[in-house]
Amino acid sequence: MNLTLKVWRQNGPQDKGRMVTYRVEDVSPDMSFLEMLDVLNERLILEGDDPIAFDHDCREGICGMCGMVINGVAHGEQVATTTCQLHMRHFEDNAVITIEPWRAAPFPVVKDLVVDRSAFDRIIQAGGFISVPAGSAPDAHSVPVKKVDADAAFDAATCIGCGACVAACPNGSASLFTAAKITHLSLLPQGQPERDSRAKAMVEQMDAEGFGGCTNTGECTAVCPKGIPLDTIAQMNRDYLRSSK
Amino acid sequence: MSKRGERTKKNSRSADVIDEGGRVTGYYAEGEPIRDTKAPEGPIEDRWEKRKFGAKLVNPANKRKLHVIVVGTGLAGGSAAATLGELGYNVTSFCYQDSPRRAHSIAAQGGINAAKNYRGDGDSIYRLFYDTVKGGDFRARESNVYRLAQVSVNIIDQAVAQGVPFAREYGGLLDTRSFGGAQVSRTFYARGQTGQQLLLGAYQALERQIAAGTVKMNTRHEMLELIVSDGRARGVIVRDMVTGEIERHTADAVVLATGGYGNVFFLSTNAKGCNTTAIWRAHRRGAMFANPCYTQIHPTCIPVSGDYQSKLTLMSESLRNDGRVWVPLKAGDDRPVAEIPEDERDYYLERIYPAFGNLVPRDIASRAAKNVCDEGRGVGPGGLGVYLDFADAIRRLGRDAVEKKYGNLFEMYERITGEDPYTQPMRIYPAVHYTMGGLWVDYDLQSTIPGLFVVGEANFSDHGANRLGASALMQGLADGYFVLPTTIGDYLANGPYGEVDEEAAAEAETAVRTKIEKLLSVNGTRTADSYHRELGRIMWDYCGMERTEESLRKALERIPELREEFWQNVKVSGQAEELNQALERAGRVADFFDLAELMCVDALHRTESCGGHFRAESQDADGEALRDDENFAYVAAWEYGEQGPILHKEALDYEYVKMSQRSYK
Repeated sequence: MNLTLKVWRQNGPQDKGRMVTYRVEDVSPDMSFLEMLDVLNERLILEGDDPIAFDHDCREGICGMCGMVINGVAHGEQVATTTCQLHMRHFEDNAVITIEPWRAAPFPVVKDLVVDRSAFDRIIQAGGFISVPAGSAPDAHSVPVKKVDADAAFDAATCIGCGACVAACPNGSASLFTAAKITHLSLLPQGQPERDSRAKAMVEQMDAEGFGGCTNTGECTAVCPKGIPLDTIAQMNRDYLRSSK
Repeated sequence: MSKRGERTKKNSRSADVIDEGGRVTGYYAEGEPIRDTKAPEGPIEDRWEKRKFGAKLVNPANKRKLHVIVVGTGLAGGSAAATLGELGYNVTSFCYQDSPRRAHSIAAQGGINAAKNYRGDGDSIYRLFYDTVKGGDFRARESNVYRLAQVSVNIIDQAVAQGVPFAREYGGLLDTRSFGGAQVSRTFYARGQTGQQLLLGAYQALERQIAAGTVKMNTRHEMLELIVSDGRARGVIVRDMVTGEIERHTADAVVLATGGYGNVFFLSTNAKGCNTTAIWRAHRRGAMFANPCYTQIHPTCIPVSGDYQSKLTLMSESLRNDGRVWVPLKAGDDRPVAEIPEDERDYYLERIYPAFGNLVPRDIASRAAKNVCDEGRGVGPGGLGVYLDFADAIRRLGRDAVEKKYGNLFEMYERITGEDPYTQPMRIYPAVHYTMGGLWVDYDLQSTIPGLFVVGEANFSDHGANRLGASALMQGLADGYFVLPTTIGDYLANGPYGEVDEEAAAEAETAVRTKIEKLLSVNGTRTADSYHRELGRIMWDYCGMERTEESLRKALERIPELREEFWQNVKVSGQAEELNQALERAGRVADFFDLAELMCVDALHRTESCGGHFRAESQDADGEALRDDENFAYVAAWEYGEQGPILHKEALDYEYVKMSQRSYK
């Protein structure tokens, strides 16, 4: 296949940035999207140009490091798929593909398609944990957990922290990310002692980072590669209200 | 040797000859054996208790004056940094990713072993110890493995208390499954994402300490050099990957938790960023590298589809429970599957290993696949694949049952290959997955450089020549949560270690700057990736699933030639002082060349077969791996030498588990 790419290039946070057009030829339909960019980057290096910077690591959809807005959709149009799991067979020959970074004020562009998502780490720092120093835990079977609760906690815990939810949200909200962690921990008996303080601290940190509010648009869950359900946000709101009582 | 790191000054170099024991010399010299691993003596079940009691304690008020650097934030590094922070030490942590949550432990699928015996099916600490020593083909230390089995039970308690959502049964208790041929059900799991959930547990503990101010986190920082001052590891030189700034960080001790080096093969199941630079730089500065040739090759990966391939994806081994492995009987048979009649198919695992069939261990399944492909009977692009066929299972159990069991794996396969495994067999091929070798450590996880500790896959420790399934997560967390925090205290109790020698730190920094300038100045005609790909090909062909003296000698000719060309002809665009991914890669490839050479020397010198290391010259009449316990029951610890590596042998004694030959027929 032959493709035309329109890629966002930006030298650094202060640079204004612009779309640059590249032609990529002889693309195999079996290539992953990132492998297609690898091929282009190899060429750019040999031509003495700066390769397109993008984040990636595991390339199997679990580390959460990759992420680009492809033709206007976070991680592209394939459902429940990270950018690294997207394959070129889903594109037409001679297609024109636009590639942009996550765009949200709390995710400043570092370079090209690389953004700074450290705000997510700070939300976790605010309370996304259970305080249990190593060595202090009781026997694992001392507290049974209902299977339905354990399964639902797992579903929320599968969030990979990629940030697609923020990129897709018209408000730039981090609600789905924050709610996933709050839901995971508040469904488990081990998470109860810190449940109120956790919800309060995490929501406040989310706001302090400059993320927008949730208006139940649902774009977040639609692009989420792990399908984190929207009702986790309802759980977050309930826990937050509970904490303010 | 009585003191760590002490060795004879006059290591003799020998000519390239075969000695009386049939061993190759000439590529290396032999130094003094390692006599003391610091494991306590006495009954094996008391040794860890004894060590813990013997370890010096640090006054809580002094802990915050003691500074520890931890490099890497996977299961081992994340849990170590968090725990050291909880204990009150002053910790600085580094990772190359944009967040500590992304380390490659996150990709582990299957589960984590622990000797809880919640099933009452006869499991015990002793049995886990026994299985691990035997599974490691008698090339691991008994004392370390026993401790690992003991600590395994604490890991599950810790993880559950942190909120790790393990699979549970309807009664609310934890579910377990059997794994990797173990006869007991001791593997705890969180669907197919156990590594992710355990890593997030460690990550959350780490973030809690960052918030508490005990850990200072530096993301997007890559360690490029170790600072050794007055014979002690005292810090690291790192590059800020956003600004390109070279930074100097000093401390009282350094912990490396930087993972394995499977990416020396270019194609592996590792994340793209996994590299050997941190441990290789430490090796160059005096840390011995143990058993570098022990590589685990996983039999069920999705095959390579073209030259552009950037990594390989693992499919859970559980697929072999119901899938049947076969290739066409005749070489060069490229008919579609439907046109190959049953009697022209060779279900070779069932044929060769009637007792275990498709469930033979990883190394055996991998090698058998290679053999049929070498015979020209492989399937798919390039003939590098075998079929894993579910047609029988679907007929027997129905499509729904198969979907329930393997649905997510089938979906993953279809996503990558575009083929539907319900209607045509999967194609699979082995891929590099894990490296059992790593920096040599003693019982305290301390390397041959005092003050340098190594945890997780980065050390060589507990798996011998072959790691069992679901044991990598166990070892990473055992090291980080429970072993290191105790043993490092013994070292830190004698600290703080005072000012770092300015000359030593400046020299390390200069070494980093010189290398970067050199890489940027070559301005040749090939990219670092293209060299990496070629190096990987050499390693896979000559030092991969099957190794021979001839192939290894060939590799040892080709690698230096290619490295020479790399330094003359690599092209790295951009500048040093910016986010420059081309430069990052080139620096890693440069170190992979040197490591590759040591792997081949190690593989050449070990003329026996054991675990993941198969020397074609050492097999029994049935083609199975043949150990040579008389000559090779030792850890090969390599010292870096300007004139070539120097081998130090650490003899392995088995007091508890009797050495025996594995058989799966």
